[in-house]
Amino acid sequence: MNRERINKLLNRVPTHFIVILTILIWIIPTIGLLITSLRPLQAINTTGWWTIFSPPTGSQQYKQSCAVCHGVDGNALPKANLTDPAVVNQFPRSLSLLADLRKNINGQPHMGSTPLPSEQDAANIISYLKQISGIQVQPRFTLNNYIDALVGYRGTNTYTVDCAKGTQATDLHCNLSDLLNPRGMGRAFVNSLIVTIPATFLPILLAAFAGYAFAWLDFKGRFALFAVLVGLQVVPLQMTLVPISRIYAQLHLNGTFLGVWLFHTGFGLPYAIYLMRNFLGSLPRDLFESAYLDGASHWTVFRRLVIPLAMPAIASLGIFQFLWVWNDLLVALVFLGGTTPVMTYQISNMVTSLGAGWQLLTAAAFLSILLPMIVFFSLQRYFVRGMLAGAVKG
Amino acid sequence: MAAQPVPKVMKQGKLVPWLYLAPSILIMTLFIVYPMINTIGLSFLNKDGTASAATTCIAGKACWGIFENYHYALTSELDTTSFGSFWSTFWGSSYGNTLKWIIFMVSGTVAIGLAFAVFADRIKYETLAKAVIFMPMAISFVGAGVIWKFVYDFGTQQVQIGLLNSILAAFGQKPIAFIQTPGINMAALIAVGIWIWTGFCMTILSASIKSVPVEILEAARVDGATEWAIFWKIMVPIINPTIIVVITTMVINTLKVFDIVYVMSGGQFGTDVIAVRMYREMYKFFNVGHGTAVAVVLIVVIIPFIYLNIKRFIEQEAIR
Repeated sequence: MNRERINKLLNRVPTHFIVILTILIWIIPTIGLLITSLRPLQAINTTGWWTIFSPPTGSQQYKQSCAVCHGVDGNALPKANLTDPAVVNQFPRSLSLLADLRKNINGQPHMGSTPLPSEQDAANIISYLKQISGIQVQPRFTLNNYIDALVGYRGTNTYTVDCAKGTQATDLHCNLSDLLNPRGMGRAFVNSLIVTIPATFLPILLAAFAGYAFAWLDFKGRFALFAVLVGLQVVPLQMTLVPISRIYAQLHLNGTFLGVWLFHTGFGLPYAIYLMRNFLGSLPRDLFESAYLDGASHWTVFRRLVIPLAMPAIASLGIFQFLWVWNDLLVALVFLGGTTPVMTYQISNMVTSLGAGWQLLTAAAFLSILLPMIVFFSLQRYFVRGMLAGAVKG
Repeated sequence: MAAQPVPKVMKQGKLVPWLYLAPSILIMTLFIVYPMINTIGLSFLNKDGTASAATTCIAGKACWGIFENYHYALTSELDTTSFGSFWSTFWGSSYGNTLKWIIFMVSGTVAIGLAFAVFADRIKYETLAKAVIFMPMAISFVGAGVIWKFVYDFGTQQVQIGLLNSILAAFGQKPIAFIQTPGINMAALIAVGIWIWTGFCMTILSASIKSVPVEILEAARVDGATEWAIFWKIMVPIINPTIIVVITTMVINTLKVFDIVYVMSGGQFGTDVIAVRMYREMYKFFNVGHGTAVAVVLIVVIIPFIYLNIKRFIEQEAIR
């Protein structure tokens, strides 16, 4: 019995191995992004994010070359206390440190029998000494990247430091109004919300109407019209960009939220109606019949019966459309562009033309995926259900 | 063949259904149907839509008359002097690249998604495991682009902060510029696509696997069939319709791939695809004729899938 159990368990080892390996491959890139976004700029560019829990730069070399005499903490010799900033400041560069190490102290070689560190090692030792003497303390984690990304800081330092010194760029005011700086992700977040909420609500509302008609009302060409709708689901967005931007140019709708809302509504509708109709069509017929026999009008049935009952479908659709609009780049790129940048536009702009550093990019990217992640993990059930109902939208 | 018959008591005036339908039909006509027709029209005109495309022909060069934009869209990337040169330029063109995307992305997502669904079906932490694979679906392509650009980062100095290059360095290999090296970059970009879309395939295939009757699987196991045989001889045939649906959906999704390429390589270094090319013709070169012609090529490729979708829908309705 026991033996059988062990065998069964062993048989499962490859399964667990494969599953866990796949999970790791899938999740590690995102974890790398998150960790990097929380690290100070200098650390990002000199060490990989996976070294985050390893000892600070130079501690290894320090231990090898210096710890014997100066002690593990650097303060074993009172005459050469390495935790004293004044002592460490004598060696701004690796060369000055090496020169000192070659000198004799009290007639004895400084290093004794320990070999001299290489130039690279010496540089690392200096950065470690700066760390323990408090000259240049590098925290492991910082929120500065997020602040910089939110306010659209583009300097070489950080927003907080520049503001403290008063050397910030002219478009920054070092108060809360910076959160709405047009170059920042804070403003882009607001823009994304303004685009997404109506562009989610509108197609669902219209689809509920149309879905009800397709499911429970009788009219000529019902089936044919619905078949056309099924076909429309896969029409690529690219097909319609040019004519619509030409129309929008005439109507002055380019760069307006209204234009984007309408466009997303148009493209969200085929799938939304499809899902609504299938969902409403699966409701029991008796329900509708008894309502009509009681003298309810279509409008009453729609308001009192259809909308409350359709809530699961509305939830699925809502998540779908929300994620679709929030994550869209192409429509935002064409119809909104840089005048009212949304998050995806802002990030793609940072990557393609601004060449922003990793500290800004990772923080910005994480800000943009934060809301979708929350929506996704809290409402995953509805999302999956909507997808299984036949998602061909993409 | 008709959908559910409407109950007799619910008969209504002729106008009522159209009141419910009107807003949707109006918006869809305005934003999908009309622009589609307009796009086809524009593809026969010159760069700003003011004259026939035939006027853009260059004297002394091959000309397709009114189809000149298609001449450009279809052949400008290709060298048609010989079959060999055609073949090699085709695989570097936006069409060849899109085809590579389709071949590798569809097979990759479906294979990994199916395998993962099968394995995850046997473990206790299935929900969690599936949520992790599915998570990239919630992330924007732009966000995914940044995430992977960081993984692929190529340091010009000694330090490699990109995960992949640092792994290479740990094995004593030279770092690779994943995005800039032709050939490798296509694989690198498609890997991102697979990372995003596998969750979609996995979820749908997983639901399908769960609908396979347990008795059949148990019976086969009792008869001594190996898990491998059970998978290929029992499971795959039963879920085959779902696999086909997933494949067609993925082909359509792949044909439209834009964001990943736009953000990660901008279509440079031999990674151009149809959708990025269309965007460039239209919004970088401002050539309406060329841009719409490329868009029409895209829809022509998609038409068979529209047909398949409608056909499948009609079959489903017949069963209901």
